[in-house]
Amino acid sequence: MSDQAVSLPLPPATIGREASGPSGPKPRHRFSRRNIFLYGTLIVVALYYLLPLYVMVVTSLKGMPEIRLGNIFSPPLEITFEPWVKAWSKACTGLNCDGLSRGFWNSVRITVPSVILSIAIASVNGYALANWRFKGADTFFVILIVGAFIPYQVMIYPIVIILREIGLYGSLSGLVIVHSIFGMPILTLLFRNYFSSMPEELFRAARVDGAGFWGIYLRIMLPMSLPIFVVAVILQVTGIWNDFLFGVVYTRPDTYPMTVQLNNIVNSVQGVKEYNVNMAATILTGLVPLIVYFLSGKLFVRGIAAGAVKG
Amino acid sequence: MMTAIANPSVSIQDLSLNFGAISVLETLNLDVAEGEFIVLLGPSGCGKSTLLNCIAGLLDISEGRIFIKGKNVTWEEPKDRGIGMVFQSYALYPQMTVERNLSFGLRVAGLPKEEIAKRIARASEILQIEPLLQRKPAALSGGQRQRVAIGRALVRDVDVFLFDEPLSNLDAKLRSELRVEIKLLHRKLENTMIYVTHDQIEAMTLADRIAVMKGGVIQQLDAPQTIYNRPVNRFVAGFLGSPAMNFLEGRLVKDGGNWYFAVEDARIPLSTYTFEKEPTPGPAVFGIRPEHVAFNSGAGWPFAATASVEVVEPMGSDTLVWLKLGGQNFTVRVTSERTPNNADTVSIGFDPMRASLFDAKTGNRL
Repeated sequence: MSDQAVSLPLPPATIGREASGPSGPKPRHRFSRRNIFLYGTLIVVALYYLLPLYVMVVTSLKGMPEIRLGNIFSPPLEITFEPWVKAWSKACTGLNCDGLSRGFWNSVRITVPSVILSIAIASVNGYALANWRFKGADTFFVILIVGAFIPYQVMIYPIVIILREIGLYGSLSGLVIVHSIFGMPILTLLFRNYFSSMPEELFRAARVDGAGFWGIYLRIMLPMSLPIFVVAVILQVTGIWNDFLFGVVYTRPDTYPMTVQLNNIVNSVQGVKEYNVNMAATILTGLVPLIVYFLSGKLFVRGIAAGAVKG
Repeated sequence: MMTAIANPSVSIQDLSLNFGAISVLETLNLDVAEGEFIVLLGPSGCGKSTLLNCIAGLLDISEGRIFIKGKNVTWEEPKDRGIGMVFQSYALYPQMTVERNLSFGLRVAGLPKEEIAKRIARASEILQIEPLLQRKPAALSGGQRQRVAIGRALVRDVDVFLFDEPLSNLDAKLRSELRVEIKLLHRKLENTMIYVTHDQIEAMTLADRIAVMKGGVIQQLDAPQTIYNRPVNRFVAGFLGSPAMNFLEGRLVKDGGNWYFAVEDARIPLSTYTFEKEPTPGPAVFGIRPEHVAFNSGAGWPFAATASVEVVEPMGSDTLVWLKLGGQNFTVRVTSERTPNNADTVSIGFDPMRASLFDAKTGNRL
């Protein structure tokens, strides 16, 4: 009886079970050569990019005597916020000695309406181009895209004349209009591509349901396109906030945006170069785009990759 | 070809559609009777979905007129045509709940709240989607989504339903379930339905009449059985039926007052075949469906032959046997119990009454 049992071959499944060998998840080595290279490179690159910011922050917290010692990498011996206060509210540009605060509020007054206006118009443009294939839509689109490649310098003087003729030269609203127009090509392209990636049947279903041009835009398309709006807001806020050329050309000293004022503070030729104030002023100016990036980084990536994944 | 219908629900007259120089639909005529279920069937790119979009008003036509319920809607907006449409990708509004998806069209039209609620209650009861009303489309399965999409057409309370390949995105099992449900829905509502598909089983099972399309032209418009048994041309014959019809290339010859189809040295007598009109001798194509061929069943058939088995394909319920007949491929459908072995020599027989003869050049039925 027992002989018989021994002679029986094991079923294949049992053989597989009994043999010892790899099973389960593959073990990972934290300090493999690959990981050391990968993270080593990342850390070096990160340090390389962070170093200037470190120098700026450190310098802005030092007093002038300490800066004159020349150790730009050493942390401040005595932390002072005086340069920040001065940069914000006391630094002189031309006749005004109220610091960057004036420029900051000017920039806010320029950026907010420009961003809203340009995105509102460009999103409707993109929607119309993507979904309502009107006659000449392609030609219109090509012209708009070509607009993105024309260097700004070509148009500066004509626009000065146009703004002068309509009486907006030197005013903030003039600059808002200029920013809105120059944001149009790239934003329209952005929105058109996003709306084109939406299923066309959705648009058709809405038409059968009786929604019109604005109905479909406001009730179907808008609620689905938060990611692309975030992308557009980031692009426009950073672009307009960081703009220097249009700001310096189309405004007057009392309506200068922050960037122009920063330049005037940093590049002033008379008196001592106050490096700590300059550093503080620069960080203050760069803070707004920085905050926008930090707050919306995740949505930004999602919006950029939007067309690639199904909703 | 068209049978006149007294009061057509949908009537398409001389419709043409061109995209630039490309002609997609050419002077197409189609009358759909009240309460009829019409299936537009054809391969990809035959213009069937385009035709449906023209009826819906989502595409502007180049020539012709479209009537729905006796009203000329050629230039009307989709919402004013009295149609409801169901799309292949469901096209549900992702940010709205099922209930708001259903009510969207009604809210746009500005219907009173009680009326909207009443219609949603009715539609969701018919389609059994009441438990889903507060869910978003993302939280629904494919079959549930398609139900909601049908519901969206249902609440519009329209005369004509348009289906654009509604089941193509579903798996085979669900597809056959929903197919039956659509059939039941049609019986219950008695609406006119126009249904686009490339699936011949859907077409055969659902349709009152099938319009087989190719190259923007309706090849044949008839009841499913007629289209299956008496296809008007070789395209229709080959498109319908799975496994496909057998085609033998040969010649029509007349011998002593009787017509024969000669393929190599074999002769198929055609005394039982009904010709459309008096034939002339010459090259022709003989078509017979695999299930109309008798297998190893002895004599007694007008035509019998022996052939050797090349390949055997068991498909569960029955088996497909590939043979060589007159040097040409020939398939026979046999029940599973009678499956032969490879390289067996078998006898086959059939009655040309069930066959179709086509002109070799034009492909038209003889």
